[in-house]
Amino acid sequence: MSNITFGVVVFPGSNCDHDAYHAVKHVFGKRAEFLWHKESDLRQSDVIILPGGFSYGDYLRCGSIARFSSIMKEVVRHAERGGYVLGICNGFQILTETGLLPGVLLRNRSLEFVCKHVRLRVDNNDTAFSCAYSAGQLLSIPIAHGEGNFYTDDMTLAELENSNQIVFRYVNGHGEAADAANPNGSRNNIAGIVNRSGNVLGMMPHPERSVERLLGSTDGSGVFSSLLSTITGSVPVSL
Amino acid sequence: MFKATITVQLRPSILDPEGKAIENALRSMGYSTLSNVRVGKHIELSVDASDEEQARAIADEACGKLLANPVMEDYSIALKEI
Repeated sequence: MSNITFGVVVFPGSNCDHDAYHAVKHVFGKRAEFLWHKESDLRQSDVIILPGGFSYGDYLRCGSIARFSSIMKEVVRHAERGGYVLGICNGFQILTETGLLPGVLLRNRSLEFVCKHVRLRVDNNDTAFSCAYSAGQLLSIPIAHGEGNFYTDDMTLAELENSNQIVFRYVNGHGEAADAANPNGSRNNIAGIVNRSGNVLGMMPHPERSVERLLGSTDGSGVFSSLLSTITGSVPVSL
Repeated sequence: MFKATITVQLRPSILDPEGKAIENALRSMGYSTLSNVRVGKHIELSVDASDEEQARAIADEACGKLLANPVMEDYSIALKEI
């Protein structure tokens, strides 16, 4: 289990790369490697993390330029082989621009950059990224974004719902996906989705920022322990 | 050589909160006759091509791959020989 490697991609403008690296290496004690965007070697990473930030200054559209970097060609190959890819915040935006996940992240409905802890509900705990949680579990995990408003057309939205690809949803304290609990205007309160084959997850909230009690919440740790237990075939351990 | 002027717009079905905010500002300034504000992008570039058809094909491909995202945006291309 200690040989599991997480590759954290670093684009110019990434700013949560060190948080992800810290969570993997110092909190979970696993191997972590920074992968510069110009590289084309994933260094045998089992899981690729596309971290949050403002890759290439968010020029043109968030994530649109990162998509064409050398490292992303390899990340796409890795995903097509069934390798795990976790896109957080800007990483989620990159995954939609790359076409590894459907939809797009639009400007927040409020036009404001929203930085706060939000309540999430685990709507699918049968994925490699969420099996350490129980179904319907409520989590407190921070968001920090200006473009997190998940949009897709009606048909794709219905497909996402019907095939259970919505993993995390913004909810209120009662666990209801109410409009008032929607921080950015995302359709159906979507906070995180997984692809059809279940190996690529994108989410706007930051699980890597909630893995230590010191930071106010350890609710994000389930994402990492889910991956670790899926890869090793063991029972998930919560922190 | 052609100069391409590309306009990228959010698709009509997509809410444009930036356009709405601008519209509200215009209204508060007293412009009661202005409405339907939509914000888009204006991109200019030169295309080295032998004729307009080829220039359009190249610009169109660039729009489809990078300059616009068909999930949320439409684009139009105007060409002028330079």
